[in-house]
Amino acid sequence: MTSPTDHLTDTHTSSGEVAVDDDDTAAPRPAGQRPQGRAHLLQRLLPVVVLAVLAYLPYVPVEVPGLLPGRVNGPGSLQLLATCLVVGGIALSYDVLFGRTGLLSFGHALFVAAGSYLLTISLSTWDLPLPLAVLAALGLSTLLALVVGAVALRVGGIAFAMVTLAFAQAASIIVMRNPGGVTGGEEGRPLDRDAVPDLLVGVVNAPYRYWLALGFVVVAWVAVTLLVRSRAGHAMAAVRENEQRAAVLGLGTYRVRLLALVAGSFLGALGGVVHALVLGGSNPHLTTSEFTLSLLVMVVLGGAGSRWGALLGGVLYTYADARLVEVSSSAVLQGLPDVVRQVLSQPLFILGVFFIVVVYFAPSGLTGLGGRLIRRSGSR
Amino acid sequence: MSDLVLLLATGLGLGALYFIAASGLSLIYGLMGVLNFAHGAFMTAGAYAAWLTMGALPTAWPVAGRLLVGIAAGVCVGALVGLVVEVVLIRPLYRHHIQQVLVTVGLSLAGVAAAQGIWGADPRAVDKPVWMSGTTDVLGARLPNDRFVYVLVAGLLFAGLLALLHLTRLGLVIRAGVENRTMVEALGINVHRTFTVVFALGGAAAGLAGVLYSQYAGAVSPAQGGSLLIFAFIVVVIGGMGSLTGTAVAAVVVGLVQQLANYYAASGVGDLSVVLLLALVLLLRPTSLKGATA
Repeated sequence: MTSPTDHLTDTHTSSGEVAVDDDDTAAPRPAGQRPQGRAHLLQRLLPVVVLAVLAYLPYVPVEVPGLLPGRVNGPGSLQLLATCLVVGGIALSYDVLFGRTGLLSFGHALFVAAGSYLLTISLSTWDLPLPLAVLAALGLSTLLALVVGAVALRVGGIAFAMVTLAFAQAASIIVMRNPGGVTGGEEGRPLDRDAVPDLLVGVVNAPYRYWLALGFVVVAWVAVTLLVRSRAGHAMAAVRENEQRAAVLGLGTYRVRLLALVAGSFLGALGGVVHALVLGGSNPHLTTSEFTLSLLVMVVLGGAGSRWGALLGGVLYTYADARLVEVSSSAVLQGLPDVVRQVLSQPLFILGVFFIVVVYFAPSGLTGLGGRLIRRSGSR
Repeated sequence: MSDLVLLLATGLGLGALYFIAASGLSLIYGLMGVLNFAHGAFMTAGAYAAWLTMGALPTAWPVAGRLLVGIAAGVCVGALVGLVVEVVLIRPLYRHHIQQVLVTVGLSLAGVAAAQGIWGADPRAVDKPVWMSGTTDVLGARLPNDRFVYVLVAGLLFAGLLALLHLTRLGLVIRAGVENRTMVEALGINVHRTFTVVFALGGAAAGLAGVLYSQYAGAVSPAQGGSLLIFAFIVVVIGGMGSLTGTAVAAVVVGLVQQLANYYAASGVGDLSVVLLLALVLLLRPTSLKGATA
C-alpha cells in the first residue's frame, strides 16, 4: 500500500475522480453526450453573455438589499465584486495544477504573493515604472516557480503537498520578518499611488479596478482554455489520469508536471499583480497557509478540472467569506445559545463544514452537481 | 562554550516538541497514507482542554498538579477527537487519499474558526509551574528547566511507541500493515480497527504536543496548532514519511538546526534554514522519502 508506485497511482486515480472534464479535455466522450446543435452554440455563447453582463454592472444603479453593500455600481459593491473576481481568477490558475494535472500543491499562495509583493516592491523600493514593474513581478515569480517546482516535483503525491506547503511557509516567514523593511511585515506593503495611473486610484475609480479584475479573469480563462486544448494540456490530463501509463507511452511526466506548475504559477502571479492593484497593496494574508488551503477549498467547492467550477468556487468563497459576517448579526441567530452563535459568526467555520459536506456528497463540486441536475431534468 | 550548551539544550527541547507533534502524524501516514491536516486542530483541542481543566481546578492546588491533570485531559480529548474523526469522517473515504486530505483540510479550517469564535483570537495566558520557569546551571550555561521536561516526555513517548510497535500484537499488525496492508487483510485481520486505534493514538500524541507547546509558548491561541503542524510536516518528510526512528532523528536535527541558525546567523534564519534543509534532503535523497517502515 505504501510502496511508492501504489501510492502514486492511488493518489492520481482518486484525484481523477474529483475532476469533472468539460468539453475540452483529452478524455473522449461517449457520442451521446456531446452537446449538439443549439445546445452547443448556447454553451459557446454563455461565457460571452456572462462577460457582457458583468462588464455592464458598473452602469446598474440598483440596490440589492442583503446581497451587496449599497447600489450595485457603488464603490463598496464594485470593490467587493472586483476582489471576488480576482480571487476567482487565481482559483482558475490553481485549477491548472490541481484539477488539470492532479498536482495537490499547497504552495500556490507563494506565487500569488510573489506577484503581489514583487509589484509593490518594484514600484516603491526599486522605483520602476508600472509596465516594467509588472514584467519584473511576472518574470521573477515565474523563475521562482521554476526553481521551487524543480525541487518539489522530485517527490509525488502527498509528499509533494507537504514540501510545497513548507516552501510557502518559508515565504510567509520571510514576509512577516520584514527583511530590510521591503515587505512591511504584518502591515503589508501599500501600493505607491504616484506610480500607478490615476484611473486605478481612489474611491471614484472603483469601476476601473473592477474592469481590470474582469480583464484578468478573461485572460486567465482564455489562457486556461488554450492550454487545455493544446498538446501540453492533453499530456497534463494524461498525467492526471494515470501517470505510469503516461510515462510508459513516452511522455516526460516530470516535464509535463513542471510545465503545469510554471504555467499555473504564472497565471497566479498575474493574479497577485492584479490583486495588488485592485486592493491597493500587498497583504501578508496572501502568504499564509490559510490562503493556500482556501484556494484548494474554492476549487473543490466549485468543481475541480472545470473552468466554471474553479471560477465560481473562487467568487462564491470570497463573497461568502466577506458577507457571512453580516449573517451572524442577523435576527435569525439571536435565539440561539451564545456558544453556537459565536461559532456560527466565524465564516471559516461555516465554509469549512460546508466544504466537508461537498467533499462527501458532491465530489464533483457545485458545478458538477448543477450539471448533473440539468442533465437529469433534460433526459426526462 | 556555555552558549553552545544552551543552544544545544534549547534545540533539543524544541526537537522534542517537534517529535511529539510529528510522531502521531508519522504513524497515521505510515499505516493509512492519510496526510492529517487536522492534526493541528487536534493539538489546539488538547491545548484548550488542558487550559480549561487547569482553570476549573481549585487554585489552591500546586500548579504542577493542575498541569498534570491538564495534560491527562488534553491527551484524552486528543484521543477522543482522533477516534471520532476517524470513525465518522475518514473511514467512509477509505482509499480515496485526496478526499481524505480534503476532509482534514476542511476540519482544520472549521476547528480553528470554532476555537476562535468561542475563546477569541487572542492568546490566553497559561499557568506554568515555578520550577519549569526556572533554570539549572550545567557546564556554565543556565538551561531553562522546561526543556528537560519536553526531552523527557519525548523520550518516554519514543520508547513507549517503539515498545508498542515491537512488543505487542497491535504493533505487529501496524508494522505488517505499513509493509503490505492488502496481505494483512487477506490474513483475516481487521485492519480497520487498527486504523481507529492508530488515529486515536495519533490524536493523543497531538493533544500532548498541544499542551506542551502551550507551556512552551506560555499561552494558548487558536492558530498555535497550525504553526507547529508545519514543522511537524517538515520533520515527517525529512524523517522518511512513516518511519518512527527517522522522525525522531529528523526532529532533533530540525530543532538543532533551527536554534543554531537563529543564533549564529540572524533571528528568523532558523525557520528558513529548516526549509533549506528539506530542499537539500529532497535533492540528495528523494527516494528515501517514499519508503516507509514503522
